[in-house]
Amino acid sequence: MAFFIGRRAGKGRRAAGIDGTFAAGRSREAKKCGEMGPAQRKGFSMSYKFLTGVLGAAALAFTASAASAATLDDVKEKGYVQCGVSTGLAGFSAPNDAGDWEGFDVDLCRAIAAAVFGDPEAARFTPTNATERFTALQSGEIDVLTRNTTWTLSRDTKLGFNFAGVNYYDGQGFMINGKNLPDVNSALQLSGAAVCVQTGTTTELNLADYFRANNMEYNPVVFQALEEVNAAYDSGRCDVYTTDQSGLYAIRLTLTNPDDHVVLPEIISKEPLGPAVRQGDDQWLDVVKWTLYAMIQAEELGITSANVEEMMNSDNPEIKRILGQEGESTLAADLGLENEWVVNIIKGVGNYGEVFERNIGQDSPLKISRGLNQLWTKGGIQYAMPIR
Amino acid sequence: MASQETIHVAEPRGSLLNDPKVRGLIFQVVVGAALVLLVWWIVGNTIENLRRANISSGFGFLAGRAGFDIAQTPIDYSSNSSFGRAILVGLVNTIIVAVSGIATATIIGFLVGIGRLSRNWLVARICTVYVEVFRNIPPLLVIFFWYFGVISVLPAPRDSIELGLGTYINSRGFFMPKAVWGEGAWLIAVAFVLAIAMTWFVARKARQRQMATGQQFPVVRTAIGLIVGLPVLAFLVTGLPVTFEVPQLSTFNIRGGWTVKPEFLSLYLALSFYTASFIAEIVRAGILGVSKGQSEASFALGLRQGQALRLVIVPQAMRIVIPPLTSQYLNLTKNSSLAVAIGYPDLVAVGQTTMNQTGQAVEVVAIWMIVYLGLSLTTSVFMNWFNARMALVER
Repeated sequence: MAFFIGRRAGKGRRAAGIDGTFAAGRSREAKKCGEMGPAQRKGFSMSYKFLTGVLGAAALAFTASAASAATLDDVKEKGYVQCGVSTGLAGFSAPNDAGDWEGFDVDLCRAIAAAVFGDPEAARFTPTNATERFTALQSGEIDVLTRNTTWTLSRDTKLGFNFAGVNYYDGQGFMINGKNLPDVNSALQLSGAAVCVQTGTTTELNLADYFRANNMEYNPVVFQALEEVNAAYDSGRCDVYTTDQSGLYAIRLTLTNPDDHVVLPEIISKEPLGPAVRQGDDQWLDVVKWTLYAMIQAEELGITSANVEEMMNSDNPEIKRILGQEGESTLAADLGLENEWVVNIIKGVGNYGEVFERNIGQDSPLKISRGLNQLWTKGGIQYAMPIR
Repeated sequence: MASQETIHVAEPRGSLLNDPKVRGLIFQVVVGAALVLLVWWIVGNTIENLRRANISSGFGFLAGRAGFDIAQTPIDYSSNSSFGRAILVGLVNTIIVAVSGIATATIIGFLVGIGRLSRNWLVARICTVYVEVFRNIPPLLVIFFWYFGVISVLPAPRDSIELGLGTYINSRGFFMPKAVWGEGAWLIAVAFVLAIAMTWFVARKARQRQMATGQQFPVVRTAIGLIVGLPVLAFLVTGLPVTFEVPQLSTFNIRGGWTVKPEFLSLYLALSFYTASFIAEIVRAGILGVSKGQSEASFALGLRQGQALRLVIVPQAMRIVIPPLTSQYLNLTKNSSLAVAIGYPDLVAVGQTTMNQTGQAVEVVAIWMIVYLGLSLTTSVFMNWFNARMALVER
């Protein structure tokens, strides 16, 4: 009865070969993206938006069986994980100068690929806008959304998603041009300002609530695409840029004069950002969830990409268990993964702390401090459920 | 039609199935039923898929609290209003930009279209260049041109360009004094309406007089006198009830007064200029479509160039112009959905925000389609009525 079954269309195309072919395929595709000029990319994102929005709806209308249950089987069969990422947020998910996707969210996707296939390169990325990301996940175009998405009740229920955990605890902040507005040092002085904001985000709602609660007015300047918001703020169309604080630090780097801009101290909301999957597929939810926990747990146990080989010979039962060196353990099999899935994750991308520092922490231009995202043993709230 | 009937009569009547009327009916019933079944299957399938994917469906979300703000709210709206209200705001914004765009595009289009036929070499060439430039650029780029190329390079608020009379222009928009209507100001509006009614009456009388006696009456001058004079008189009589709120520079921007936002300005100008280039060609075609003998005959009757154009050429050209003009109006209305690119809160932009906050893509897309269909059909009905009025009345 189906006219087409969107998600299964590419089935079997990639059934053979896991290692080399994918790496080549991926980087070739990525390069194509990288070669596009900015104007072309804009056109691409525009048409793409309509494609996902409308085709997503169409997919729901015409597909006889949308989003079947066993995502893990489908992923294994096609040979790669398809992740939804942002269209380019430095440090979180953005193509580098070679055209390969890089960042904190990208590495979570690569970790999932490593857990499933033992190969962090067996991941493909779909850049999504704030507005098209949910349709992309609902329609089965992507397997998991690793795109700084805030976990909220309505997204968990009404949109038909499950959040697999929190990989970054964030909060919404404000950035202004300190050179033009030297007297402003608090968000409470922003009454009457023009505020740039990306539509379809929780940010947009928090902004309305915050200004209303404090009896202040503002002029919302709203765009669909992140690049458009950045351009509008940079050209002075608005006085204030608001989004998650981590995002503000990332965006500041891309402005014409990054040093002119200051992030105001107020944090007006809780923004727990995490990976989301479709509801009704507990096995795939478990894979994504425990991949994240394994990364956090590895950091807690001191397992890094540098020492993972020698840690495999450790006498510590906890380390042995998590690295799959405990005989007769069925932990991995119960998840539907290979015995050395954690080893593959750590070898592939490193533990949580490594991924953090490399992409957005002290080893990156963003220099974001761990803050709430420190381990619970070190004063933060990142806490992995026991892997046993 | 005629040939079919003759064939029908000529053929001998066989079984009922060979009767073209019955056959036609059967085909129509089959196609109709297939269509209904298809729609029924799609709707059922969609609902089933949404249910299976645990996505809520139905239009109940329209009553929920929107929670987001909209930049341009011609009707009352706050973040406490409902999603339905938000979409209504978007619809009103779409209508505002479409109507103002259609008005401006028509004026520019007629000027340029007539200008292209001018005997003045410079005027004709300028109009040709205008048409060829705007007609051959995608409308989205024209919008970007106005938004990024023209308006965003204007100075920042603190360096606003002052245009006199409390009017400012800067990268945040165009600011002008807002009239604050005081006690008794309604009399001015009444005077204005009265003046228009009187003008219509005078024009009618003058026409009748000219028909009867051949004597002319200066209608235009009388009309200007009435339409300007009566409201001014009312303004003075009621004791100057209108005050003006002049824009003031504040910390962030110019406050007070009446603001035209750059998003609206860019979209409005882009749609007007883009569509005007097509209208110009339609107008040119309409004028050239009136046979040369018509203008020669009017000159022979002693009409001046302008009179010939106004009384003889344009009324006939209108019959050729109106049908394609309707398509251009529809195009402009639909092109206004490109507003999303620059953040003008039109129906599509607000709908996308709603879609994303509620996740109800199918419903929002359905609303979009119904609303644009409704807008287009309304425009068509109006233009068809206008066309019927302008059509050649054969006696």
